[in-house]
Amino acid sequence: MSTKRCYGHPGPGVDLARLEGWLIVIEGRDSTGRSTHIRRLAEWLEQRGHAVVEVGLHRSPLVGPELEQAKQGNLLSARTMSLFYATDFYDQMENGIIPAMRSGAVVLADRYIFTLMARDLVRGADPDSVESLYAMAIVPDVVFYLSVSMPVLVERTLQAHPRLDYWESGMDLGFSRDWFDSFLIYQRRMEQQFQQLAKKYGFETINANRSLAAIQRDLRDRIASLLERAPE
Amino acid sequence: MKQAASPPGVLVAFEGIDGSGKTTQLRLALQWLRGQQCRAVPSEWSSSELVMGATVRGKNRRLLTPTTFSLVHATDFADRYERQILPMLKGGCIVLADRYIFTSFARDGVRGCNPDWLRKLYSFARLPDLTFFFDLPLHTAIGRTLDSRMELEYFDAGMDLELSMDIVESYRLYQGRILEFYRQMALPHRFVAIDGSASIHAQQMEIRRHIEQTLQLSRFRRRAAS
Repeated sequence: MSTKRCYGHPGPGVDLARLEGWLIVIEGRDSTGRSTHIRRLAEWLEQRGHAVVEVGLHRSPLVGPELEQAKQGNLLSARTMSLFYATDFYDQMENGIIPAMRSGAVVLADRYIFTLMARDLVRGADPDSVESLYAMAIVPDVVFYLSVSMPVLVERTLQAHPRLDYWESGMDLGFSRDWFDSFLIYQRRMEQQFQQLAKKYGFETINANRSLAAIQRDLRDRIASLLERAPE
Repeated sequence: MKQAASPPGVLVAFEGIDGSGKTTQLRLALQWLRGQQCRAVPSEWSSSELVMGATVRGKNRRLLTPTTFSLVHATDFADRYERQILPMLKGGCIVLADRYIFTSFARDGVRGCNPDWLRKLYSFARLPDLTFFFDLPLHTAIGRTLDSRMELEYFDAGMDLELSMDIVESYRLYQGRILEFYRQMALPHRFVAIDGSASIHAQQMEIRRHIEQTLQLSRFRRRAAS
């Protein structure tokens, strides 16, 4: 018996009864080391004999290329982008996550609906509409939130990229014409949204101010105990 | 992304299945309103080029599920709404929309999407002030479509619903379901039903009568001389 469920109602043609496997989500802003952790977790899980499938945002064959184009040219309104991202998400969920879970794999998701929700909410979306939009999303077995302090975030961002990203700096919102100021305001607001989502959706918050190795050990311990729990 | 106060324009939607005659009637109504010196503009069910790229790929490669079919069209609609319809409403126009959100309610509804989810998905869109629903016997509409044109496309024929292996038969069954869905929406959404099998002229006269009764046309007269 599977205990997988959706936040609201399942989408047409989605059969939750046949889902096995695990869905493990890692959320966190850019430069928090998400992708590094996912890569290492995948190696570790495979060594332990689990099939691993990695998924992320904006990778769907359906809308991926147009999304990238829209991001480059700032061509679409916040609402249109929001719906485009939702299309991308469900395409990957129905064609990637669900088949992988059906075959019993461990799905490692590099971000999930929560990043999309936080982005929409920071841009003034109605919380009810956002919740409804993602009602058909599968509830993950666990959501790890890599939480970093602002000084650490700034330091890691500037170390990782020689320049700030337009979207990650929230430049579309017009907080400030100064990229750095806008980045700080935007990231603070994103953090506030994530903290509210963490409470509402029960994230396991990971202190990501620590070293990569310490965070990785922490994640492995938590995942190991999740996988040891006998599937109900 | 919040809903602002209602803009000064009005929205008139023309809804119905393929071959119901709504596009013809819209064009005639537009000509009449323009002849009356009114600020009237059409809004077609066209797509933004960017979103269209994804829609076309999804359709050609048959990548779409009911959920992504619905969402890709909602994305397209949001773009059209915010770029085209809303500015025209704010500018005080009579907007004549060739298909509106009810097209999606029907198309996605027959594909099994949750009605409450659909309603919330489109909650940003203003409801029309007047919705004409072109109702007619299914075989009349199908006959017009099949007589007139082009090959049927996979999704347009509802082949994804697996109603029939034969594309014409699938199209007929699919359009029948959509028509049924429209009929069920007619009362709750206060559609004005127009008999799509009546003469074109008779339909148009009825439409003009409804528009005059419902809208205060004097509010939309052009200020500038043309």
